[in-house]
Amino acid sequence: MPVITAENISKKYIIDHKRSKGASSLRDFVADTFEKWSPAKKKATFQEKEEFWALRDVNFSINQGDRIGIVGHNGAGKSTLLKILSRITEPTTGEVRIQGRVASLLEVGTGFHPELTGRENIYLNGAILGMRKDEIKRSFDAIVDFAGVEKFLDTPVKRYSSGMYVRLGFAIAAHLDPEILIIDEVLAVGDSEFQKKCLGKMRDVSESGRTILFVSHNLTAIQALCNKAFFFEKGQLVDQGDTTHIVTTYLSRVSHKNLERSWESFESAPGNDQVRIKGFKLLPEYQDDLKHIDVRTPMQFEFEFWNLEEGALLNLSMHLYSFTGECIFNVGTTAQPFSKGLVRGSCEIPGHFLNDGSYMVSMMIVKDTSTVLYNMEEALSFDIEDYRENVTWYGKWPGYIRPQLNFSISQTESVVND
Amino acid sequence: MAHTTTIKAKASEKDYWKDLWRNKQLLWILSKRDISVRYKQTLLGIAWSVIRPLMTMLVMAVVFSFIAKLPSDPGIPYPLMILGGLTIWTFFANTFTQISNSIVLNSNLVSKVYFPRLIMPLSAVSVGFIDFLISLALFILLSVYYQYPPSINIIFLPVFIVFTFLTSLGIGLFFAVINVRFRDIAQLIPFMVQVGMYICPVAYSSRQVKDEWFYKYYILNPLVGIIDGFKWCLLGDKAYFNPTSLYSTILVSSLALLLSLMYFRRKENTFVDHI
Repeated sequence: MPVITAENISKKYIIDHKRSKGASSLRDFVADTFEKWSPAKKKATFQEKEEFWALRDVNFSINQGDRIGIVGHNGAGKSTLLKILSRITEPTTGEVRIQGRVASLLEVGTGFHPELTGRENIYLNGAILGMRKDEIKRSFDAIVDFAGVEKFLDTPVKRYSSGMYVRLGFAIAAHLDPEILIIDEVLAVGDSEFQKKCLGKMRDVSESGRTILFVSHNLTAIQALCNKAFFFEKGQLVDQGDTTHIVTTYLSRVSHKNLERSWESFESAPGNDQVRIKGFKLLPEYQDDLKHIDVRTPMQFEFEFWNLEEGALLNLSMHLYSFTGECIFNVGTTAQPFSKGLVRGSCEIPGHFLNDGSYMVSMMIVKDTSTVLYNMEEALSFDIEDYRENVTWYGKWPGYIRPQLNFSISQTESVVND
Repeated sequence: MAHTTTIKAKASEKDYWKDLWRNKQLLWILSKRDISVRYKQTLLGIAWSVIRPLMTMLVMAVVFSFIAKLPSDPGIPYPLMILGGLTIWTFFANTFTQISNSIVLNSNLVSKVYFPRLIMPLSAVSVGFIDFLISLALFILLSVYYQYPPSINIIFLPVFIVFTFLTSLGIGLFFAVINVRFRDIAQLIPFMVQVGMYICPVAYSSRQVKDEWFYKYYILNPLVGIIDGFKWCLLGDKAYFNPTSLYSTILVSSLALLLSLMYFRRKENTFVDHI
């Protein structure tokens, strides 16, 4: 029997191009009203408002005990769906019927008040999440124990470290006892130690036969925890089914648009009177027919430019940056003289080298090993997905690089009991 | 089996009030939060609830009785009359202000978790009510000092407290909803409260205006009946109180409350889209 049934749910937002989202002012409203009534300007106001369908005609039903993973790119409507299911906002059209008590965990530590102590916040947050006082009392010790904050129970949470804060928040949520649990990307916070704990707790919950909806970008976690998955794209539920199938579909649709850039005509190409860029390419050697880049995938980076100066002594220098902007490495070619015409450089990035994450490449053309002729910043960007085998741990793998080194383990002596 | 929830556009749940009742613990906990957080990191702490009304009363007593030379009702010490009016007016003004800001101030909750949104304005009342009780105690002390004990009319006091609460809810809920959309309201409210204090019989007695041509409009203000009645409860029959002014209190307040509630219920599921 389905516990959640959604029929044709859609959610429309009006995007106002004139002002930023959120609080608008009365002045704008008055001005708009005047404009609306003056026929001359009618068209102008019309164009500034745009409809945006965050969700469109979504239908599904979820059975008791299903553990649904929801995947999709940013802005695909995943969070909007969770907001509707947790009754934070209402759908523009359509209807959802839910049977049973729902607890939604869209944020860790919702409603924590910085001035209140850990103890007070446990009661406050518990009540906000819908726990009764006796339930909180009963789980109080378990919560404190799970969060590991015994010593700081009577300290205001504003004095907590961010780690303690998050741990306390999750600990409270983990002790909710709903029939349906909705979780949004909570694993994005906290250190890896804590993420491990969270995933363990979520596995316990899922094994107890409760219905779970789980949004995450962590595909490994989704594959481990969920038996079914929904794939959202541009506000629509484009595919649903068993987790492996959906994850495969999702990965095969990962956008490739940034893996190649080129300029056909010399005039429009970026550069200056000494060099002009012709194009870049990132050529992955896909490991399976999914055609996505994961931590195993070796890649070839190719770069072509026009040299406009006869006999210039040139070399290339490539920087690889993490998504947050730290430089992970810088490699350069040897310098050699080139005559006028096309020059090509290529660099191999081996598989089992970079960790999963988003990366950016920038390319520099250097003259006489000292003068930068041209620096193409953020030439390309690409994502590396996670891939694991024979591992039952699903937390974020730490580090920027993830090399496969010769690391072995062996028994050196056996103690025989007789 | 557990209860069924239906989520669709523009249809708040049919068992909304049951839901509200089920969440009474949350109401209590949010009220407690507001009270315990109120004077955190202040040197004088809760003493501020005593100091503030006392100072305001002193300033008003000096300005209105010595400088503006407004007369008190015959036989009633002027500071007592002012503190009486001020007590109930401050209760109204605080409650109204806090209700109007309640949704915006709790926006972190609105965007992350569901509960009947009416809990926020309701819990916002708590702080004002504590201040009111302190102010009332202060009044009793002052009346002992002036050897002017409260009259037997005091048994009607709860009626006027309830009226004040309902009126502030009726007006406040409306502004709370608008405030989500237009933050101008938050700027407007202190001004409204300031003007309100002068058009209500806080620092003067309604006796002063009862023969004026505008009295029939003046009396439409639901707070006139409340404030006069409240003073009548505390100060006895010497205080001016025209019971007919209560008609407009009841009529205007209940109409405002009804309309505001309907408006609030209609809008509460889309608050998050504007926060």
